[in-house]
Amino acid sequence: MKFAVLVFPGSNCDIDCYKAVKEIGADVEYVWHTATDLSSFDAILVPGGFSYGDYLRCGAVARFANVMNEVVKAAEQGKYVLGICNGFQILTEANLLPGALIRNNGLKFRCHQAPLEVVNNENPFTREYAKGEVINIPIAHGEGNYYCDEATLTELQANNQIIFRYAADSNPNGSIDNIAGISNKAGNVVGMMPHPERAMSEILGSADGKRMFTSILNAWREQHGTTING
Amino acid sequence: MAQQLTAKEPTPQQIVDQKIYQQFGVSDSEFELICGFLGRIPNYTEIGVFSVMWSEHCAYKNSKPILKKFPITGERVLMGPGEGAGIVDIGDNQAVVFKIESHNHPSAVEPYQGAATGVGGIIRDIFSMGARPIALLNSLRFGSLKNERVKYLFENVVAGIAGYGNCIGIPTVAGEVNFDESYEGNPLVNAMCVGLIDHDKIQRGVAKGVGNPVFYVGPPTGRDGIHGATFASVELSEESEEKKTAVQVGDPFMEKLVMEATLELINSGIVLGIQDMGAAGLTCSSAEMASKAGNGLELYLDEVPQRESDMTPYEMMLSESQERMLFVIEPHHEAQAQEIFDRWGVICKKVGKVTDDGRLRLFHKGEQVADMPVKALVDECPVYHKPSSEPAYYREFEAVNTADFAEITDLNSALEEILASPTVASKEWVYNQYDYMVRTATAVQPGSDAAVVLVDGTNKALAMTTDCNGRYVYLDPEIGGRIAVAEAARNIVCSGAEPLAITDNLNFGSPEKPEVFWQIEKAADGMSEACVKLNTPVIGGNVSLYNENAKGAIYPTPVIGMVGLVHDVKHITTSHFKEAGDTIILLGETKPEFGGSELQYIKNGSPAGRPPVLNLDTEKKVQDAVLSAIQAGLVASAHDLSEGGVAVALAESCIAGHIGATVNVDTNLRPDHYLFSESQSRILLSAKEEKVDALTAHLHEKGIPFAIIGLVGGKALQVTINGNAAINAEVTKLERVWKDAIPCLMK
Repeated sequence: MKFAVLVFPGSNCDIDCYKAVKEIGADVEYVWHTATDLSSFDAILVPGGFSYGDYLRCGAVARFANVMNEVVKAAEQGKYVLGICNGFQILTEANLLPGALIRNNGLKFRCHQAPLEVVNNENPFTREYAKGEVINIPIAHGEGNYYCDEATLTELQANNQIIFRYAADSNPNGSIDNIAGISNKAGNVVGMMPHPERAMSEILGSADGKRMFTSILNAWREQHGTTING
Repeated sequence: MAQQLTAKEPTPQQIVDQKIYQQFGVSDSEFELICGFLGRIPNYTEIGVFSVMWSEHCAYKNSKPILKKFPITGERVLMGPGEGAGIVDIGDNQAVVFKIESHNHPSAVEPYQGAATGVGGIIRDIFSMGARPIALLNSLRFGSLKNERVKYLFENVVAGIAGYGNCIGIPTVAGEVNFDESYEGNPLVNAMCVGLIDHDKIQRGVAKGVGNPVFYVGPPTGRDGIHGATFASVELSEESEEKKTAVQVGDPFMEKLVMEATLELINSGIVLGIQDMGAAGLTCSSAEMASKAGNGLELYLDEVPQRESDMTPYEMMLSESQERMLFVIEPHHEAQAQEIFDRWGVICKKVGKVTDDGRLRLFHKGEQVADMPVKALVDECPVYHKPSSEPAYYREFEAVNTADFAEITDLNSALEEILASPTVASKEWVYNQYDYMVRTATAVQPGSDAAVVLVDGTNKALAMTTDCNGRYVYLDPEIGGRIAVAEAARNIVCSGAEPLAITDNLNFGSPEKPEVFWQIEKAADGMSEACVKLNTPVIGGNVSLYNENAKGAIYPTPVIGMVGLVHDVKHITTSHFKEAGDTIILLGETKPEFGGSELQYIKNGSPAGRPPVLNLDTEKKVQDAVLSAIQAGLVASAHDLSEGGVAVALAESCIAGHIGATVNVDTNLRPDHYLFSESQSRILLSAKEEKVDALTAHLHEKGIPFAIIGLVGGKALQVTINGNAAINAEVTKLERVWKDAIPCLMK
């Protein structure tokens, strides 16, 4: 299985995502924003950062990068797409995920460990977590306040598309329904504001993010009949 | 055409007749010298170029005699002061590169951009050496948060630092923020950057090879920041507000691109010399690069990318537009360099060439518009030995007995009051706005004694901190200077690291005042003594003088940025208590010392007397003993005692550990003296029960005075002194007081 880590001008969590995939022993390559072919990849990571400076609405410019046409294709083909932080913002701008990320309700950038509740673990991205488990994953964003209209929210809830919520009394940004991460209807595209790639070892404060990457790897292997536990 | 553009500029004769050079901070005698070097009267562009090169900011003309005092060599030092940043060997062909720099004046008039571009500038200093920036730190000073203007400055300086560092993706891992009325009109904004480099990648800012092309990299030049270096070299006044045009505007996204492209260029191995355009922009970078190579340089100003129309040579040379670099390569590498910058979408343009005549010549619209000897620009600025005299207050304070205040009986309230003092209070409000985790190497996050950043691919880590207590330095600059270095080293040691070297930022008032110059001299003496004793040479730094306004000078504030090496990540130690049952040990001697203390500030509003004494032999012994104990695996937590003394250190270790402590002390001191004294060379340790014997034996052997004072555990901090209850407070309550203080003031 091979992961792609997209690199836009201004991406700055690309290295961390790359390291995280290496850490679980999978293949990974950086893919430049101008790329026009993602066919050799099985999972696409859209990393955090400030693509194109994010001087306009976050992700609003990145969605027009060449590589995004390929990301849309990959999503349609059922490949796994994970957008983290700025990557989540880009996926909503590209209409691969519903809703939008607006300014934090406290109007300030916030960086700290955030307890997340795993809402849906029947998903290639979270299958190694227990449903209802609370995990520690850092956040670092100024515009992570998830918003969608009532109808969309009802649909997200009904389709089990809410993957993570901020744990009770710890919503850091005003996100509607405490949403920290969602998937598309098909379940192969996930966007989240917290950074699992920053939670890969106890020495950095948490290793709870690791299972997210091994979930993806093992889901793929299962789907493709490869032996698990590699 | 060229004449049309410059027609409005004063002629050489007018420059002489109207003494226009004085507006640029050039004195009559300096002007005469310049005329001598040129053999004629300078034109407007030339006097502009000379004035910034001869400003305090670029030439250190008032501070050079001071800087000579510092020890700058050491067995690990690969590069000392003089280049963009100093470099220290950390083994395995790797080295750490770091530097601190101030952006005080710009931040006083335009806090967001002032602080942001301060961060941007120091990052360029690091990557222009060829190093990958891995961490940012800062050191900030503001007036009282009761003042609305101060709140505005504080809010926007923090936002500016966050805005730049977060976007470029370099974690802001540590810093300090202190509040005191003396900084009310003159906030201090010092930014530090730390980078990693392989020995063979180290770059220098030299214009090597006659005939080689000189390239400009980065966004086009605009009219922003013109005379920023000169502006930084005068006192602030009411007119300073009008000098907003001297403040630059930062674009961290552009810097990210310039950084990645530049590092790629350097890694390609074709760069002969490279320097960032910082203070005095194109002027300083071109003159310094030529000077270091003993060469000359020609610049073709029509080729300089320009953001605004009709820019004059004067404006282009003095602009401090941000995110720009200058480099020299051999002509046949041009296409290779161009490809890299094209891919990153960064402008790269040939703007000049290296010459052999030792002159900086500027061409514009087909004419030579300036012709100056490089050596005169870079090396010939006169150095001034300013008169120095001991200020009256220093003698007066000798008689003050700082411990002679009415005994505090409500020690719980006193502790809470100190914990709520903005200087001592939790800085979570600040550092939660900084992305301190990006690059996934931050092992110890903001809030402990020093931050610790892992060195990828090794078993090593770097500890880093910024420190200075300006009140101590004010009361006794020599002792205060010593304490600043010693405290920084103590913080490094408490994190499990060996102190390596320092970068310093000398923030002082006007050197024209003999009393201020005395402070500078004495502080440098104290710092130097400590640097020698603690084996932490000065590998670079920055001088920021003229930090004063109508109300007077700031406290002398020589900020120390120190980096230490954690030899094995298992030595990484934090300040918080770990587990119930751990034994608490206080190292060092406590005396009733309150000069410049937080308690004195809260009670009197201003410092008086003498600061705590600092014996460097004692300090060194304590630090060595603690580091070796940590390396032997005997220590669970280590916390340096500073503002607020043992009471605050205990409270902080409890709060961060989410656990209480029961402390029993026998002492000859008054309970309030014992709890809040700021005696130096003290460290609070905790150790697991099974390690206590080995730890105490180790401390005995090293000759360190210590006392076992209690146990970790429970939910409250309970301190009993000579059998009487002194402090009894729930940790959650202390935490609220400590954490809510700054958010409450900022609401």
